[in-house]
Amino acid sequence: MTTTPFPSGAIDAVSGTTVVVRGDDIDTDRIIPARFLKCVTFDALGPAAFADDRAELASGPSGPHPFDRPEHQGASLLLVNRNFGCGSSREHAPQALMRWGIRAVVGESFAEIFYGNCLALGIPCLVADHATMLAIQEVATAHRAETFRLDVASASLQGAGQRWGLDLAAGPQQMLVSGQWDATGQLLAHGEQLAATVARLPYLQGFAAV
Amino acid sequence: MSSGTLYDKVWDLHQVAQLPGGSTQLFIGLHLIHEVTSPQAFAGLKDLGLSVRHPERTVATVDHIVPTTSQARPFADPLAEEMLATLEANCAEHGIPLHGIGSGRQGIVHVIAPELGLTQPGMTVACGDSHTSTHGAFGAIAFGIGTSQVRDVLASQSLAMGKLKVRRIWVEGRLQPGVFAKDLVLHVIRVLGVKGGVGYAYEFAGPAIDALSMEERMTLCNMAIEGGARCGYVNPDPITFDYLQGRPYAPAGEAWDAAVAWWRSLASGAEAVFDDEVRFDANSIAPTVTWGITPGQGIGVDETVPTLEQTEPDERPLAEEAYRYMDLQPGAPIAGTPVDVCFIGSCTNGRLSDLQAAAAVAKGRHVAPGIKAFVVPGSEQVAAAAEAEGLDQVFREAGFEWREPGCSMCLAMNPDRLEGRQISASSSNRNFKGRQGSATGRTLLMSPAMVAAAAIHGRVSDVRTLLNA
Repeated sequence: MTTTPFPSGAIDAVSGTTVVVRGDDIDTDRIIPARFLKCVTFDALGPAAFADDRAELASGPSGPHPFDRPEHQGASLLLVNRNFGCGSSREHAPQALMRWGIRAVVGESFAEIFYGNCLALGIPCLVADHATMLAIQEVATAHRAETFRLDVASASLQGAGQRWGLDLAAGPQQMLVSGQWDATGQLLAHGEQLAATVARLPYLQGFAAV
Repeated sequence: MSSGTLYDKVWDLHQVAQLPGGSTQLFIGLHLIHEVTSPQAFAGLKDLGLSVRHPERTVATVDHIVPTTSQARPFADPLAEEMLATLEANCAEHGIPLHGIGSGRQGIVHVIAPELGLTQPGMTVACGDSHTSTHGAFGAIAFGIGTSQVRDVLASQSLAMGKLKVRRIWVEGRLQPGVFAKDLVLHVIRVLGVKGGVGYAYEFAGPAIDALSMEERMTLCNMAIEGGARCGYVNPDPITFDYLQGRPYAPAGEAWDAAVAWWRSLASGAEAVFDDEVRFDANSIAPTVTWGITPGQGIGVDETVPTLEQTEPDERPLAEEAYRYMDLQPGAPIAGTPVDVCFIGSCTNGRLSDLQAAAAVAKGRHVAPGIKAFVVPGSEQVAAAAEAEGLDQVFREAGFEWREPGCSMCLAMNPDRLEGRQISASSSNRNFKGRQGSATGRTLLMSPAMVAAAAIHGRVSDVRTLLNA
């Protein structure tokens, strides 16, 4: 568990130790099983991140799960593979990861709803190609105690004496570095345009000529 | 870049403004909310001192956490009771209509909005649930969102969005007897993969799609998200209009004719340009069953579980994980796999025509010994319609339980769940590890008729042999 404050303001960079969770198509049911969604606040979700995967691996030959390894306690950079966060739209998934301590994710690709949920919380998700991601995971695994630095502005990751270029779309990058990743204020700023949109949509005007 | 498609037209009409970060502010025409993903959004609204901008464009129901045996209040599970009570309080405070238990209109959010006529062509529809893609069946642009975005829609009736590419999925031919929209979509995902649709909206078109009923189109669009596509849609046509006419929230009188004219104008025309196109032949699709732990790991019921050699190299780690988790042997036929639990229901396949198809298989037969089989109508209206034609009796006489409406065993947020290593034949949408409530439970996705066939035989069976019997 982390005591690092939750993201706020401009997010130029995220520094911290890493945790590698390998595998393609890791869905949000695995990140946070549905039984933990029976709540009216997100507050208690941190310890439940990957609950069933962790239980499955606890006693197995390949265990424990990375989230249970002592050297990864306090990690803030999550390193994953393809289509991470697919499935359910539950924001409980990034909420659980954030409350466990994750502040940024690097992977080969992300499911769209998960990606948007992370952005809305100020958690950058950056993309690396397959070969680069495997290299990053290998180096991170070999340097578990090392602090890595994810630079949002230049879309790159540095650590263990190496530097990897990553991809981050211009829109989310701008939102993060300008501190405008929380869209609510921007959306509310356009009251007149919202009213104009309502006025031109036939189904909101009783299908009278508009 | 696409142009002239329904997606482009609806997108353009709903654009409010360009945002500083480069995304588009998109107006949301219909916001559906439920008890799981809304409480924190309302709390966030309160923290910011904001109100709901368009409560009249917001509609609530309760579905995920409701028990399907006794729905008497308070619920036995205090957490479930707290979630529903919170939804009720939030809806009352903000003047949002709530279709609650016993109202005659409660049910799974993606079942009730269409059946009430709330979902209409040309709308943007958002809901804190990934299966919101269902509503695309009407030619709406509909997508799932997270809770922070639910808060944003409550506050501003809009979202910050990036435009998707549009892939046309053209389906020739006709689905054969015993083959349903569920088989079609499982087949599409099998071919294009669970990540194939990331970044895309899927437009489903072609003769096989034109022939589908609205309920079949809903099944198809429902699972677009399982193929990675955040939304899927079908162009509106007379089948769409016939479905909508006379429903409580559908336009009536003079407005009806104007609405139909507008809806027709939205369909992708001959001039439409797509980012890409993939073609399928419906005639060749068999009843399809998943064998693995993603909806893309599906095969025809007459096929064998793919071996590692038959699997693309980059899919092999996932296949190996699936063999271990499912305890199925590569190279073994999927038909004949014994099952423990048979579940008919969900936002994918809990509508009247789904229950009719399953009942046609169950009628005059009986669930195999030792099998737990149950049917959960998708809504109170579906339940009433099914009971009016005696389907509940058909199921009961065949040894199925007939339950109250809700999400039930699709996702294990209520008392319906697998236990231990149980394996289910399920008409739901996800076979993820642990999805149905046991961390070691296993799920085989298939059509409702195929679930009924599995219940009768106690093992995965080709429903076509029962239809011919």
